[in-house]
Amino acid sequence: MDYSIKIGGEAGQGIQTIGDTLAKVFSRAGYHVFTHQDYESRIRGGHNFFQIRFSQSPVMTSREKIDILIALDKESIQFHEKELSENGLIVYDSKSLKQSHGKEYFLDVPVEDLAVEHGGNKIMANTAATGAVLGMLGISMDILVMILKDTFKKKGEDVIAANIKTARAGYDFARHECKRCSFTAGEQKEPKLLISGVEAIALGAIASGCKFYTAYPMTPSTGIMNYLAGKGKEYGIVVEQAEDEIAAINMALGASFAGTRAMTGTSGGGFALMVEGLSLAAMTETPLVIALGQRPGPATGLPTRTEQGELLFSLHAGHGEFPRVILAPGTPEQAFFLTNKAFQISEKYQIPVFILFDQYIADMQCTFEGLDLNRIRFEDDRLRGDALNARSEYRRHAYTDSGISPLGVPGESVHLVVTDSDEHSEEGHIIEDAETRVKMVEKRLLRKLPLIQREISPPILYGSRSPEILIVGWGSTYGPMKEAVDVLSKRENIAMMHFSEVYPFPSIKEDPFSTPQGQEKREKEAENYLSLFHNAKQTICIEHNATGQFARLLKAESGYSCTTFIHRYDGRPFLLEELIGEIHAVIK
Amino acid sequence: MPSLNDYQGQTPAWCPGCGNFGILDALKRTLVGLGIEPHQVTIVSGIGQAGKLPHYLKCNTFNGLHGRTLPVATGIRLANHEMLVIAVAGDGDCYGEGGNHLLNAMRRNINVKLFVHNNQIYGLTKGQPSPTSMEGMVTKNQPFGVFSEQLNPMALAVALDCSFVARGFVGEKESLKELMKAAIVHKGFTLLDILQPCVTFNKINTYEWYGQRVYHVGSEFDPGDRIGAFKKALEWGDRIPIGIIYRNNRPILEEKIPVLQDKPLIKQSFDISKLETSLKEFY
Repeated sequence: MDYSIKIGGEAGQGIQTIGDTLAKVFSRAGYHVFTHQDYESRIRGGHNFFQIRFSQSPVMTSREKIDILIALDKESIQFHEKELSENGLIVYDSKSLKQSHGKEYFLDVPVEDLAVEHGGNKIMANTAATGAVLGMLGISMDILVMILKDTFKKKGEDVIAANIKTARAGYDFARHECKRCSFTAGEQKEPKLLISGVEAIALGAIASGCKFYTAYPMTPSTGIMNYLAGKGKEYGIVVEQAEDEIAAINMALGASFAGTRAMTGTSGGGFALMVEGLSLAAMTETPLVIALGQRPGPATGLPTRTEQGELLFSLHAGHGEFPRVILAPGTPEQAFFLTNKAFQISEKYQIPVFILFDQYIADMQCTFEGLDLNRIRFEDDRLRGDALNARSEYRRHAYTDSGISPLGVPGESVHLVVTDSDEHSEEGHIIEDAETRVKMVEKRLLRKLPLIQREISPPILYGSRSPEILIVGWGSTYGPMKEAVDVLSKRENIAMMHFSEVYPFPSIKEDPFSTPQGQEKREKEAENYLSLFHNAKQTICIEHNATGQFARLLKAESGYSCTTFIHRYDGRPFLLEELIGEIHAVIK
Repeated sequence: MPSLNDYQGQTPAWCPGCGNFGILDALKRTLVGLGIEPHQVTIVSGIGQAGKLPHYLKCNTFNGLHGRTLPVATGIRLANHEMLVIAVAGDGDCYGEGGNHLLNAMRRNINVKLFVHNNQIYGLTKGQPSPTSMEGMVTKNQPFGVFSEQLNPMALAVALDCSFVARGFVGEKESLKELMKAAIVHKGFTLLDILQPCVTFNKINTYEWYGQRVYHVGSEFDPGDRIGAFKKALEWGDRIPIGIIYRNNRPILEEKIPVLQDKPLIKQSFDISKLETSLKEFY
């Protein structure tokens, strides 16, 4: 079983509601689920879709072929009919679409009539459609009934009962009328956790003790603010919508200086405004986590779509020289744990740390068995209250062997905490002399760099342990690349090398003799990754940008040039078959 | 009790006769007079001659970027609302580069004390006009005189219902101290615009020029009357009012945020075990 469902229609028709509900039914049924969305930058109209794939094996990307298309408008049929699989079906309501289709793979479900008849209101048409899909798949209504009870809890028993009745009507209709339905849903298992990228980042921030989040709304990062604002009271988090991104980063720095873990989030255009603040974070050595959600540029670009175009921007942004860390999660699960790592590293070394994600991973939903909170690290590196007071003296920017000065919390002791965007003394006051300047650059930058470098994990190797073909990528291409290796390894000696911690570049240990041998396919951290590059016949770097930013970083840091490149810059993520096709086309 | 000596900082690098000296002295005396210890106050400053002030007295200091004092001050207050937070900025810093932050600080009514050193000129960059420079002022960059109309910060603040709006003059030290004290004691965002001559670059708005024009609003004036305050705020030219122009009792942002009702953010503990409950919502 490996089915894909696509819900298409205009913005405002409820695509997201049907999609979210079905995805939740499948994940609660214990299936592996992957969803992704494609939407336009508008609130009403246009063409949008929500795609769900579910299977009994892990799924991490969307596929090209659709088994059930729920068409809420005519365009959905026009655009997606050709994507139907051999036994695929199109669900539509001839009355509301004002058109009829005679072909055998169309199933006319009168969802509006069913909603009026059984629920008393055509607003429940989407509930009927959801029920109909479950009827087609032969998945029992039990889980959907539970979800409807949760969803409409606040609206009262009558609304719940009407929705359940309507869903069942859709379900029964499909059971009786869908003569061509040949779907067999697999055995159900324990419920799985279904989470999106932005939710995972927000939860990672909560798990890391983040108490202050400030941002200016910008797709695709706004979901982080939405989630944290909803949980603010429960977890003691202040969420402040700033007047602009400049204010956002400066507020976060103020809160961090005052003694609390703080974070901001934005996309490329907003980050462009934050850049002077990034440099300020570095000079004042104020810990800061920045969630930077990439979308296609330049300028406003394609606001609701995906790209990996800000790697070199985030790497080089900010005037002056200073240390930074860039983490680029490949899955929502990685996003959760890397957000935690971002807070730990940021506070330990008093530096800015990026979570570099994109629209694709922001909106994708993935199932996991769970998120193990025992893997969360929380060490408070700030010097507070009595511990600070007990010191005979305190200098915010004191010289140390590690370059890390004690991070005092102002107001909690008699010691003063002073910092400055000017070059400063150990006490934090403005200086002009050359000797102090040199010592401060050594302290702030050069001494910290090797220590930060040691925090960075090597890339993940998946597939053959001695690959002839190595596909290379970073960030959100993890899922499509991994599944492509699964398919291609049947006839090729192939592996994936995926980087989710991209800067500082993972340490390079070149030792070809320790290359692990064999065809074992599970994931492994590849410390000696450079030898794998050199030993492969072909290395294909796959990126969602036009110029191969990661390949250039790899070359700059390691001297290694990939042999082949796949660049996609149409704002859309790779579907599995598309990526396999692209790889096929370049394999020599 | 703190003494003036406790607030003794580094030797200022301002020009001899600079109006900033008077502001520095008045601020030290005000803080000592209120019995505030240096570690109980954080001064946030930007860039410009005013931005150097916190280095010349002793307190917690975040000397940030040009125009960005208010967002940093806002972040500090939201993280620790038991801290007295004073934002110090120049006229270019606050009314030019940081204009949007000023509007929104007034709207939020964050309990930050903003003291603007208004010398109607850019000192640090050597004599360019600022938003408060008078129309027609000739500078190296404006050989035909400043074309733009002078910004009126008092009228702007009254229009935005700023919680506390006042103007002081560094030549009137006693009243300046009283205004600083009133601003610090007031609950709400305060804008105290302080007229201070730039002896090097502003040859128009001198001690003498201000001295001939400023007058105290007087005890009959009612700063609670917004319409009257707006009329007063519009006065500029031959007579320039100093004193509290406008005052209201709007609730402060910190009081509106439920999370901050019990204690400051920085004193709130964190319990990861609660997260298990939130994770259940994803099943």
